[in-house]
Amino acid sequence: MSIGQLFKHRSLGISDEDAVRMYTVMNMATKYDERGLMLQRAGKVPFHIGGSGQYAGQVAMAFAMQPKKDYFLPYYRDFAFVLSIGMTVKDLMLSLFCKAEDVSSGGRQMPGHFGDKRYNIVTGSSPVTTQVPHAVGIALAAKMKKQDFATFVSFGEGSSNQGDFHEGCNFAGVHKLPVIFVCENNQYAISVPLHKQVSGKIADRAIGYGFPGYQVDGSDALEVFRIMKEARERAIQGEGPTLIEMISYRLMPHSTSDDDMLYRTKEEVEANRQKDGVVKFKEYLMECGLWSEEQDRELQDRQKQEINEATKYADLAPYPKPEDTLLHVYAEGEGV
Amino acid sequence: MAVITYLEAIRSAMQEEMQQDDNVFVLGEDVGKGGVLNTTKGLRDMFGEDRVLDTPLAESAIVGVAIGSAMYGMKPIAEIQFADFIFPATNQIISEAAKIRYRSNNDWSCPIVIRAPYGATGASALYHSQCPESVFFGTPGLKIVAPSNPYDAKGLLKAAIRDADPVLYFEHKKCYLALSADVPEQDYIVPIGKADVKRQGTDITVIAYGIAVHYALIAAEELAKEGISAHVLDLRTLQPLDKEAILEATAKTGKVLIVHEDNKTGGVGAEVSAIIAEELLFELDAPIARLCGPDVPAVGNNPPMEKFFLLSPDKLKEAMRKLAMF
Repeated sequence: MSIGQLFKHRSLGISDEDAVRMYTVMNMATKYDERGLMLQRAGKVPFHIGGSGQYAGQVAMAFAMQPKKDYFLPYYRDFAFVLSIGMTVKDLMLSLFCKAEDVSSGGRQMPGHFGDKRYNIVTGSSPVTTQVPHAVGIALAAKMKKQDFATFVSFGEGSSNQGDFHEGCNFAGVHKLPVIFVCENNQYAISVPLHKQVSGKIADRAIGYGFPGYQVDGSDALEVFRIMKEARERAIQGEGPTLIEMISYRLMPHSTSDDDMLYRTKEEVEANRQKDGVVKFKEYLMECGLWSEEQDRELQDRQKQEINEATKYADLAPYPKPEDTLLHVYAEGEGV
Repeated sequence: MAVITYLEAIRSAMQEEMQQDDNVFVLGEDVGKGGVLNTTKGLRDMFGEDRVLDTPLAESAIVGVAIGSAMYGMKPIAEIQFADFIFPATNQIISEAAKIRYRSNNDWSCPIVIRAPYGATGASALYHSQCPESVFFGTPGLKIVAPSNPYDAKGLLKAAIRDADPVLYFEHKKCYLALSADVPEQDYIVPIGKADVKRQGTDITVIAYGIAVHYALIAAEELAKEGISAHVLDLRTLQPLDKEAILEATAKTGKVLIVHEDNKTGGVGAEVSAIIAEELLFELDAPIARLCGPDVPAVGNNPPMEKFFLLSPDKLKEAMRKLAMF
């Protein structure tokens, strides 16, 4: 790596401390996936879904946004994204164990259906892409109320085929709204490969909606950060939406209910594991002299401990009361 | 008091709520110039094109964008030009709007109003005449209202706009100009979830909503001359149904006719009938009767088929007389 490429994070406005923090979040999300899979296989939790292979890019995107100011509509693999903007691994575990304290849904939804009003993480559902028009609506509110925040919404490449993607992009383009559309293209929509999902380039679709579209290598965290930061600045300056197609590879099966060996090979997965952006980012930090194997071992131990504690806490935490099933269909209380 | 039409009642409710609350805005196809049915006429001049927002022609986005803005704190009124075109937005309404509070354990809410002009007016054929309320009826998390007169139209729309949850507002197009009434000039609401006795009677009970209430009242007046006294209950809110009022109106006469323009099978009347059967079977003096649109896709565009399909005061009169004679 040339001197110019070293310390690229500084030229992008990322402090050394933040660069290290980015790596620790990527690493934590990966650890969460490993634990989630293990817990599901052991029969301790009903289901796990992960985002390993996409975490470097997710963290980079989140660090380019402003927590508690911007609005976030992440999709179901965005574990590293939500960890970056405020949720904790304990929050994720409580959702995995479907416990009452789960901030996203009180144990009602499957894991990955994020929602946390404290951090402007907007509740999501399982039907894909429905969150895209919602993000546009929040961006519309920002414009109407003259607020200087941006809205982030992500989805997979399969989702880029849904009507809600096209309707949302078109609406945002027409009204020049401060929204950033991110397609996390991880090559598979469950078992269907990219070439059976789309024939063109997803980023190019932005042209048709009248705003810029970029394809970016999701394993290059700093490049993802740069593009996202520019998109945010455009949004805040009233220049309208941006579509970002983040190219990555899904290292885990779609979920614990999916046998990915029915449609891809171990060799393919392993080859992509070597290219994971988390590994690349660690190497970058080491080349910059900001990280060492010794520090890494300490981090792994510390995060393992943290995951253990979160797992234990969530395992022992109470389930919701059965009769709470009936709560919150409609607003309750005075004046309703 | 002023005499205004059902259409003007809807427009004045929107106007007054927009004046009172900056967060209220209207969005939909063609709403800027007033909409093809004129409900939003003049509002853009008063509130500007940001608050009377012409949208691209895309129903899922109209509702989905409204949902997003509502989660931020706005109070959107999304207009679907004709209720027949609501189906592309069904996923946003049923999977999203209806479940946002529940799925987030009360963290997020979705105070939107979706206005859907529905029902047949004559010569509007299959795709400008439908009654799609049964598609949404029975979806917990949604509220559904269907006013039958100008007073209720205004009061229910104001209540819907102020409601903390998503409300589907079905306005019958045939009521728009056909019905006028004295409506108070001062602020009022008609509470969601409350049915209303529109006529007191002792022989038979008619339970209806929308334009069918109007027909029931005409038929009841004519039957009174024959010595048949009809009690008419207007449901006004379809979700949640006012069970107490349904049971009370049933108990009053022991003979019930349920009337709506929507298809008979799986319609709102089926649920009303089940409520009565569950709670009051032994107080009935006749089998529960239903008079509804036939189970065909929608009304034909030619006069003979329209006449066959549509409800009318005469059809109601006949069904009511038959019930009274039982």
